[in-house]
Amino acid sequence: MSALRLQALQLRLLEPIDLTVEAGELVFLCGPSGAGKSLLLRAIADLDPSTGEAWCDDTARSALPAHAWRRRVGLLPADSGWWADRVGVHFPPAESAEHDPAALLARLGFGPEVLDWEVRRLSTGERQRLALARLLANRPEVLLLDEATANLDPENRARVEAVIGDYRAERAAAVLWVSHDPEQRERMNGRRLVIRDGRIEPELQATDAAETGR
Amino acid sequence: MSLISLGPFDLALAAALVLLLAALSWRLRLGVERRMLVAAARSTVQLVLLGLVLKVLFDTTSPWLIGLLAAVMLSVAGFEVMARQTRRYRGPWGYGIGALSMFLSSFSITVLALTLIIRVEPWYQPQYLIPLLGMLLGNTMTGIAVALDGLTRQAHDNRERIEARLMLGATWGEAIADIRRDALRAGLIPIVNAMATAGLVSLPGMMTGQILAGSPPMEAAKYQLLIMFLIAAGTGLGSLAAVWIGSRRLFDERERLRLDRLAAGRR
Repeated sequence: MSALRLQALQLRLLEPIDLTVEAGELVFLCGPSGAGKSLLLRAIADLDPSTGEAWCDDTARSALPAHAWRRRVGLLPADSGWWADRVGVHFPPAESAEHDPAALLARLGFGPEVLDWEVRRLSTGERQRLALARLLANRPEVLLLDEATANLDPENRARVEAVIGDYRAERAAAVLWVSHDPEQRERMNGRRLVIRDGRIEPELQATDAAETGR
Repeated sequence: MSLISLGPFDLALAAALVLLLAALSWRLRLGVERRMLVAAARSTVQLVLLGLVLKVLFDTTSPWLIGLLAAVMLSVAGFEVMARQTRRYRGPWGYGIGALSMFLSSFSITVLALTLIIRVEPWYQPQYLIPLLGMLLGNTMTGIAVALDGLTRQAHDNRERIEARLMLGATWGEAIADIRRDALRAGLIPIVNAMATAGLVSLPGMMTGQILAGSPPMEAAKYQLLIMFLIAAGTGLGSLAAVWIGSRRLFDERERLRLDRLAAGRR
């Protein structure tokens, strides 16, 4: 059970932000490009300097060493970085993972041999799915997703959505998801926010009725 | 064997060769003649001055003067390291990291050699201290400059890789470990190569000088070995210090990669 709470969190572009994502809740964030969505996620993960406080359940960000915070609050960036030649090296050692990454990889459409693949031969979409797999193998309590399905075909997009949905349900993880896809925001039925003029507000739409149902 | 003293005419003859080379460079439009002549003139002035200063120093053995000369040597070396960086650290760090690590390595190794190995009395006798320090500074300078340059350049080019590890919960040290290792290796390779080929391919400069000045070859070889080992230790120690301080400086207290602490690239 892990909620994410932002308390007057401020980075350069945006006004101070107060936001709570409850444990197991899914919150979509959209807004024009350059509005600061990715920067907000980076600031929450403490990769860029910000003032204010963030909480993961009852633990303040400032009370944890930065690497411990990032282990609990996992960020999936739009462009994933890979530091070794083989895919498998990027996953936590098998004995420390709660279970084998094979099951997770299978759900994302990969066989176990993918761990021996070379990173530089992966397609953009494969990288994106494998980046999600390596993040989830770390068992973060909060997920910050930046365009998690941007480069995927419909089949793989459905796979990723299912994996994230199940992870959220099983682990009661709070999920903050930057997505440009209105249908996705509709389909996954989460709370919808928009960044406008440096402020975060609820997204207003003709289909607002769906939101009140939550 | 005796020392054959060089007269002004002998040196002028050698200098004429450089003039010839410069003329050739002008004729072939290589465009380096100007820089070559300036460099030759600089080395003439600097070495003659050093000779004069050392003469005074050897006569007086004043610790203050020796300290002053050592400080001048160190500060020039610090500038040289900074000048060789493609992406230098902003602020005093740009100068400080190189100078501090050179100070730590060269000075400690020199003192160690003077007190424990050569055992001169007093240990700061300039005839031993200044040449030793000069050799060490000159070589650690190269190693540190290469190592630091590799570190900052790689960190700059591999931001995504480093941050990917941070996002997965790595500490700053884990996130930069492989880049740090590469940078250190690059800094150490020149001295390792120099040790491996010494005497086979190249006759090291110091040994050549000693032999020309009339020392028995075996004594020259022993001193060259001593210097070589000291240089290796000094370069290793200095590069380690520079890369450690430098990589720490790339991250802030919240283990964020702070490339904004590097100035924009040149070249």
